[in-house]
Amino acid sequence: MSAETHSPVREPLHRPAGLAGFASDWASDQRTFKNVSWGKAMMWIFLLSDTFVFGCFLIAYMSARMSTAVPWPNPSEVFALHIGGSDVPLILIAIMTFVLITSSGTMAMAVNYGYRHDRRKTALLMLITALFGATFVGMQAFEWTKLISEGVRPWGNPWGAPQFGSTFFMITGFHGTHVTIGVIFLLIIARKVWRGDFDTGKAGFFTSRKGQYEIVEITGLYWHFVDLVWVFIFAFFYLW
Amino acid sequence: MVDIRHGTGEQIGPAEVEDVELYHPHSWWTRYVFSQDAKIIAVQYASTAIAIGMVALVLSWLMRLQLGFPGAFAFIDAERYYQFITMHGMIMVIYLLTALFLGGFGNYLIPLMLGARDMVFPYANMLSYWLYLLAVLVLVASFFAPGGPTGAGWTLYPPQAVMSGTPGGNDWGIVLMLSSLILFVIGFTMGGLNYVVTVLQGRTRGMTLMRMPLTVWGIFTATVMALLAFPALFVACVMMLFDRILGTSFFMPAIVEMGEQLQHGGGSPILFQHLFWFFGHPEVYIVALPAFGIVSDLISTHARKNIFGYRMMVWAIVIIGALSFIVWAHHMYVSGMNPYFGFFFATTTLIIAVPTAIKVYNWVLTLWRGDIHLSLPMLFALAFIVTFVNGGLTGLFLGNVVVDVPLSDTMFVVAHFHMVMGVAPILVIFGAIYHWYPKITGRMLNEAMGQLHFWVTFVGAYLIFFPMHYLGLIGMPRRYYEMGETAFVPASAHTLNEFITIMALIVGAAQIVFLFNLIWSIRHGREAGGNPWRATTLEWQTPETPPRHGNWKELPVVYRWPYDYSVPGAAEDFIPQNQPGATSHAPEGAS
Repeated sequence: MSAETHSPVREPLHRPAGLAGFASDWASDQRTFKNVSWGKAMMWIFLLSDTFVFGCFLIAYMSARMSTAVPWPNPSEVFALHIGGSDVPLILIAIMTFVLITSSGTMAMAVNYGYRHDRRKTALLMLITALFGATFVGMQAFEWTKLISEGVRPWGNPWGAPQFGSTFFMITGFHGTHVTIGVIFLLIIARKVWRGDFDTGKAGFFTSRKGQYEIVEITGLYWHFVDLVWVFIFAFFYLW
Repeated sequence: MVDIRHGTGEQIGPAEVEDVELYHPHSWWTRYVFSQDAKIIAVQYASTAIAIGMVALVLSWLMRLQLGFPGAFAFIDAERYYQFITMHGMIMVIYLLTALFLGGFGNYLIPLMLGARDMVFPYANMLSYWLYLLAVLVLVASFFAPGGPTGAGWTLYPPQAVMSGTPGGNDWGIVLMLSSLILFVIGFTMGGLNYVVTVLQGRTRGMTLMRMPLTVWGIFTATVMALLAFPALFVACVMMLFDRILGTSFFMPAIVEMGEQLQHGGGSPILFQHLFWFFGHPEVYIVALPAFGIVSDLISTHARKNIFGYRMMVWAIVIIGALSFIVWAHHMYVSGMNPYFGFFFATTTLIIAVPTAIKVYNWVLTLWRGDIHLSLPMLFALAFIVTFVNGGLTGLFLGNVVVDVPLSDTMFVVAHFHMVMGVAPILVIFGAIYHWYPKITGRMLNEAMGQLHFWVTFVGAYLIFFPMHYLGLIGMPRRYYEMGETAFVPASAHTLNEFITIMALIVGAAQIVFLFNLIWSIRHGREAGGNPWRATTLEWQTPETPPRHGNWKELPVVYRWPYDYSVPGAAEDFIPQNQPGATSHAPEGAS
């Protein structure tokens, strides 16, 4: 039995396709999601939980916006920049969205190179992703500064319902925190990739076990999630 | 009578995952304090939870003293009384029950019962405990902060929770409470992800989901629910913290306080109630489902019989878990809502009684003609069934809008939820501690002290909470500091209150016997051996007792379901899960 226990990792015995495969995976021993590592499973479940956090924030915001007796400020006017003599609505938000979605693209490329164990390209692409992320946070800081200088506060604003400022700062702030944490994680893992930690079996990130290149993909999952959440914030807060 | 299936010659697949490397500690500090071993983390969680639970016990004494003997204790003024009930409720529900079931029993039992070496991410698991401890310390700090802890009631309803009329409302109390809850949720998420992934992806060879002991099913389902319900609490806490600190108006409508118009306006207190109860109702089952699971295993082991209807039990747990997310507004019948909503939530609430009743029937049918050993864990399990049925039946009363409206905010509600989610799960916790203590320490708990503890606790709990139903029915409101002179409360009700208070003091004192037993037996208890209850599940088959770091020398292979007790033709009246062979009475698909 000892020889069996320490035998190399093998494919499970029977794996039918389709619905039967789904049933057999759930009825099987050891792993419910075959070929999904512990780390990846954990990230997916965390993202499910985090979805509920953002969901609650957005539903709370929507209920506040729908039930307020005071008019809600018009986002197209509030989030306009004065460029070349005319107000361009939502221009900064459009650029921010573009930057964040682009960063998802570079992240996906980093994952690809990570699986080819191409240290330099992986690290470089993660660095570029982090740079896009930092740019996004920077532009958000600019947006916050502009609104604050115009008199928007968590407890009130010059144009209407006080909940406008409070939900705006809370939701974009919470999302911005997510992006910032993502940037920090990207930098830490890019450094580990660059040093070759995952080739020499050094301890991974957030665990005392050997690190794997898969952590690049797991970080990517988080990054794409943060990107996706932004799309919802964009739709519900700015476009509504 | 029993379905016995012979020699299917089942083939167990090879290991799909390499045996994990564990971080082996090098010093006393990393071995016992900053430990990554789930078993040590479990004991840390449990000790912290019991310690803070003792604080909550003393608080309940103090509030009972006021109710039984109003005005006799000068230091219990109205403000303190509200602080006591608030902290008692919050500590018991979150910091004791949730932490002990999931952080304590979850950490100890999941890896051992599934034949894993540890949780999948021991490092995050360790962080989970330290964040929990930090949350507890922040909570305790509020006792020493200016203005004392919050007195808003455990539901923390705004707007009163953050106003000056409530103790701690415009002091530190509410801020520390909310911060502590936020820390708790973050810490719990780290642990909870571990429990879920360990169950889904970290089982040993042969351990299918339908071969997991019901204990693991209960803890697993409760953890999934917690990961989806705690976000609502997290969001509610963040928003109320902003209302309090930044002056936002998420939950604060326009309010005149002491003749002064406050700066708030336009917020919705009902929104908080929805967020809170979207967490709060699943929370009831986050506490109850692990209890359901554990009690199933206790009954099966100590009645030497397989659990009746194993798969029905599993599906009942899953269905209860799912339904509990669509019943939350039955806590808000008197908050004002569309009558059609009341109808919807009353219906879903009553539907939950179906899977719950299935579980109760199956427990009783497991006992039916069993070889019942009235050991301490069994006594507590039996006490649980009775108490849970009692509390559950009053739940059916309160689930109906027309019955709830007059009974809401009376002692009847207090009696209901203390029976169903206070006393019942606590009884399971006691039973579980008596059951698994021998595995954790290698020694049995003292039987005589245990009997005393059981009988005083069980009978005493009934003497405390049964009369409260009556007090509620005659209209005695809850949350009142003192009743004063009222026409509808007879003098005998006050005598009853005195009686309840004296009982509460006695039952509380019995818990000191239990604590003493826990400590005394570590050195003086009878040697237990590896499997004192002759149980089938994997945690009793470890090579060492207490199990070492990594649990096993070679990972066990599972050949059968966890309930092969009294199998006809077997050499002994139990067959461990890791013993090969065809004789079994597992149902089709579970074997």
